[in-house]
Amino acid sequence: MQLTPDEKKMLRGGKGAAIKEALELQIEVGKFFGAKRLVPVSNVHMMGDIEVMGDSGKAFLARMSEAGAQCTVPTTTNARCIDFDYVAKLRQNPDEAAKERELIGYLRKMDVITADTCINYQTLYQPHQGERVAWGDTGTVIYANSVFGARSNFEAGPAALAAGITGRVAEYGFQLDAHRKGTLLVNVKADLEDFADWGALGKLVGEAHQDYFAVPVFNGIKRPPTADQLKHLGASLASYGSMGMFHMLGVTPEAPTLKAAFGGNKPVSTTTITNRDIARVYAGYDPKNNPLNLVVFSGPQQSLFEMKNLARLLAGKKIKPGSHLFVTTSNGVKSAARALGYLEAIEAAGAIVLEGVCFYILQNIGQIRVQNGWSNLVTNSAKLANIIGAHKFNTILRRTDDCVRIALTGEDR
Amino acid sequence: MISARGKAPLIRVRRAYGQIVEGEALVSREGFSPRYDLDRWTGLISRPGHALEGHNLKDKVLITPSAKGGIAAGWAFYDIKHKGIAPKAFVFGVTNPVMVQGAVFAGITITEGWSRDPYAWIHTGDIVRVDPLKKTLQLIESRR
Repeated sequence: MQLTPDEKKMLRGGKGAAIKEALELQIEVGKFFGAKRLVPVSNVHMMGDIEVMGDSGKAFLARMSEAGAQCTVPTTTNARCIDFDYVAKLRQNPDEAAKERELIGYLRKMDVITADTCINYQTLYQPHQGERVAWGDTGTVIYANSVFGARSNFEAGPAALAAGITGRVAEYGFQLDAHRKGTLLVNVKADLEDFADWGALGKLVGEAHQDYFAVPVFNGIKRPPTADQLKHLGASLASYGSMGMFHMLGVTPEAPTLKAAFGGNKPVSTTTITNRDIARVYAGYDPKNNPLNLVVFSGPQQSLFEMKNLARLLAGKKIKPGSHLFVTTSNGVKSAARALGYLEAIEAAGAIVLEGVCFYILQNIGQIRVQNGWSNLVTNSAKLANIIGAHKFNTILRRTDDCVRIALTGEDR
Repeated sequence: MISARGKAPLIRVRRAYGQIVEGEALVSREGFSPRYDLDRWTGLISRPGHALEGHNLKDKVLITPSAKGGIAAGWAFYDIKHKGIAPKAFVFGVTNPVMVQGAVFAGITITEGWSRDPYAWIHTGDIVRVDPLKKTLQLIESRR
């Protein structure tokens, strides 16, 4: 790999041990993928909480912060596993909560902005076309690449922190033009109204083509999608398909025409998705005769617009006794929702609104499930329906209105 | 126990990182996620229904067609390495950057891509050698 004089100095340890270690990690990863050089990034988003990193990861952060590591570009954090106001109520482990506080201290010492949101692309930073960033989680990456035309690979926590410290990433994957061209054609004939419909589309395309370097091109979208709809599509594609980029003809910046979207590639497959296909996704979930007593709006965190809609649907109503409704969002969105009265409407219905977390990474979620006797989890997020199965929830994807109705009545029509 | 050295074909891998390792193969036709398929306290593949359910990853050479899971997997390899339950190597058909970043961070050998189908030659329990420098995967001893 070709290094600049500045990078060579970093590698020799001339800028400190922490920078050296961070750069060494990046160079090894870059060599694996055949990167020829490092390129500067302007923004970093990293995942780092006690549930994902454990004690060894916390010890690593302690060592890096003690070694004087400092982020050289703005670096924000993804959703974490604890909302400190709800540790007792959720019966989370207080020792783990203490570790989370300690870990946040190390991050702040390294000048990491602990914003704790997985919708940074809606609330914190919107890179321009061609801008290089180093983001994780996967939903943020696919949004950056596809909707903004910015450039990022999936950057795991340690890799993103390394990028924050060095201000660079190795140039491979979606940093390169070659990997940003479409590989699959998806003709969309479905109407795609609710967020869950968009997530179902992502599930159908992602499950069928599980490959980081597969880039679907969506053609025939009937109405220009909103940011929240694209958010649910992207999160779902990344979750089911491990995908990091898509194009949408006439919508996303690198797809003004099919020719531009494919950039000379011949689609390896052509799929058509109809309303019937989407209906089949919903029909594929089975509550297995267990109660529908848990509804979750999370994964990704809710935007202010989603909060407003939930407030409208829940205003003046009460969740069925014995049922639970959880909403997760960022601190910024929750604060705005409070000021606007949305939060009051949602909480008055009996919902719990958590900030700075995502439901599926909540510390102790497996135990929380057992303690509450939950089996089914109803959600409008296809991503959440996919990944929380690991904690032995039986998931059911439903449209937003249906989710709210299930929370109020316990009944799925 | 039959020595297979020199008989089974050498499988070339496309990309590789890490030390040369020799160990017992754990072969799956199903993809792998260190977050969702693995008990990160015991090293057991724990997800009900996974092709390798009940097998322990510790000190094995995991051969799997694909990577599953998101960004959180990046910390998981470091975690299992420090708990002493890491495999000796990950041999992926296709992978994503998170797995590579995680393996490099943890110092675990990782490869991607294979020149021929390993499933025809290598089975769980066989002894294999992974050489990242030569980019090869080799059956050392068949234990079928």
